[in-house]
Amino acid sequence: MDMTLLAAQLINGLQLGILLFLLASGLSLIFGIMDFVNLAHGSLYMVGAFFCATLTQWTGNFIWGVILALPATALVGLLVELIVVRKLYQRDHLDHVLATFGLILVFDTATQMIWGPDGIVVPLPAWLDGRVILFSDIVLPTYRIAIISVGLVVALGLFLIVTQTRLGMRIRAGASNRDMIGALGVDINLLFTLVFALGAVLAGLAGMMIAPITEASVGMGNGIIIVTFVVIVIGGIGSIKGAFAAAMIVGLIDTMGRSYLDSLFKLFMSGQNAETSAPAISAMLIYILMAAILAIRPQGLFPPKGR
Amino acid sequence: MINVSKWKLRSWINLVTLVLLALVPLLVSLTDNEFYLDIATRLVILAMAAVTLNLILGYGGMISFGHAGYLGIGAYAVGIPTYHENYNGFTHFAIAIGGSALFALITGLICLRTKGVHFIMITMAFSQMVFFGFVSMEEYGGDDGLVIESRSEFGGIMDLENNTTMYYFCFVCLLLTIYLVRRIVNSRFGMVIQGAKGNERRLQSLGFNTYRYQLACYVLAGTICGFAGALLGNFTSFISPEMMDWSRSGELIFMVVLGGTATLFGPLLGTTAFLLLEEYLPHMIDLVYTGGGVFWQFWFGILLILVVLYMKGGINGFLSRREGGN
Repeated sequence: MDMTLLAAQLINGLQLGILLFLLASGLSLIFGIMDFVNLAHGSLYMVGAFFCATLTQWTGNFIWGVILALPATALVGLLVELIVVRKLYQRDHLDHVLATFGLILVFDTATQMIWGPDGIVVPLPAWLDGRVILFSDIVLPTYRIAIISVGLVVALGLFLIVTQTRLGMRIRAGASNRDMIGALGVDINLLFTLVFALGAVLAGLAGMMIAPITEASVGMGNGIIIVTFVVIVIGGIGSIKGAFAAAMIVGLIDTMGRSYLDSLFKLFMSGQNAETSAPAISAMLIYILMAAILAIRPQGLFPPKGR
Repeated sequence: MINVSKWKLRSWINLVTLVLLALVPLLVSLTDNEFYLDIATRLVILAMAAVTLNLILGYGGMISFGHAGYLGIGAYAVGIPTYHENYNGFTHFAIAIGGSALFALITGLICLRTKGVHFIMITMAFSQMVFFGFVSMEEYGGDDGLVIESRSEFGGIMDLENNTTMYYFCFVCLLLTIYLVRRIVNSRFGMVIQGAKGNERRLQSLGFNTYRYQLACYVLAGTICGFAGALLGNFTSFISPEMMDWSRSGELIFMVVLGGTATLFGPLLGTTAFLLLEEYLPHMIDLVYTGGGVFWQFWFGILLILVVLYMKGGINGFLSRREGGN
């Protein structure tokens, strides 16, 4: 087996896993605390990418683009929460789903109005655009390693915030009993707004980091949001730990399936059959995985405690 | 039985909608504009899908976000045999019914083990699975879709190539579906389904195996929607995985909610309103400011949010408030 290819696919899988984690952690927190289903989470991913693209053009530097786009995305999240989402907490899931579906239409079309229908290329600085050489024969793209590192740092930071700080304590308390922490005098509306903005920043960051690879394009969040749902369903809705584990599993399985499933199939079926069935099966692999896990554990791998 | 003197506004609107739909081919032949027959056929087929979605979503409380998947399965059940030069309509519809029933059964067995948000997301994920399955079938066009060169053949029984025949066939199927849902909802089976929506645990303690009832209901709705998909495949003559994308499922939900969930004619009214908006909103916006029509989805999205926030019960709820409660 070609080691360079294997290493490259591993890195790609981990990088997809990190992006999924950034999306899934926010979505899962929002659901865990507010019992709110946000289909428009992918729109914030897209908004982050476009902000980053424009700000990179203005400042001429990708890093500055990201640093400035983060608060801008948070602001969008804040506005969405205050104008629409806040009115929906008391409603049922059907209303959440429909209203946020409407938000997706609004975001996609608004993005198209502002930035036009074509994607925007986000240039990387030279020091991120290179390759890293590992053990003489394995060459890896620097930027993907950078994404993974940033993602891991954010994951660690998020874990520390949730387990070690007062805000995190309130978040955990809110997830296990919303009414009670309201009764204990915590400003629950403020907490909800903060968590929603935090989720927006995480989703936006994921969009910013993928933009140099895929470019920022209208509707880019609509595909990945479904995979994110798969992640949080597998991981257990409301659990950060579950989101991390499931994101890595899904990222790796999806990437590995696409590159190696046909060789695997060739072991026990004719080359022709393997080549026609492998793409179809590998595209469905994560859904099959989800179905299998749900058949055994309907509440996901790491369901949050106390609910 | 039917007592016209007690009819309220809603019943009259339902009746007028049905009569208008029945007269569409006549009106079209008077104005000589085939385009309206096109819209009406699409409307009737999508309304049929919405009625089946309403059966599980409205009456049963099972919020399926993957219903468009069945439309796709039904459409490909026409497209793939036709591609292999099998034009027999009975075969097409048998595959559509069998395929969607099987898919509904397998996914239903898993989905219904979960509740609430899990259910929404899993139904969505399964329909995406079908979506990607068809995308990767390059033999049948993959992403680009498949052109269906001729409509299903039913020997000498009917000729679907005739647009009016096609329309009336769809219309009769819609009426039958509405009638079937009415019978189901008022039956013992339907009572259990509706009861499980309100308080599942209570029904279970009364000795009903709600899982089985819900599964049966879920499979039935999926199967009829697959049938509607076969009609859609016949009608559009071009099919692609895009027709089962999750945003299509979202639109189906909007049609049901816009009309009014758990009402017999709500989905029909909702689909009508939806398609009229889709058709005329761009023109209306263009009148307000030129060039704005291409971005009609922006306003459509805002409208959707407003409907959810401020129009409880959809069109049907609005009408019943006009009637003064009830």
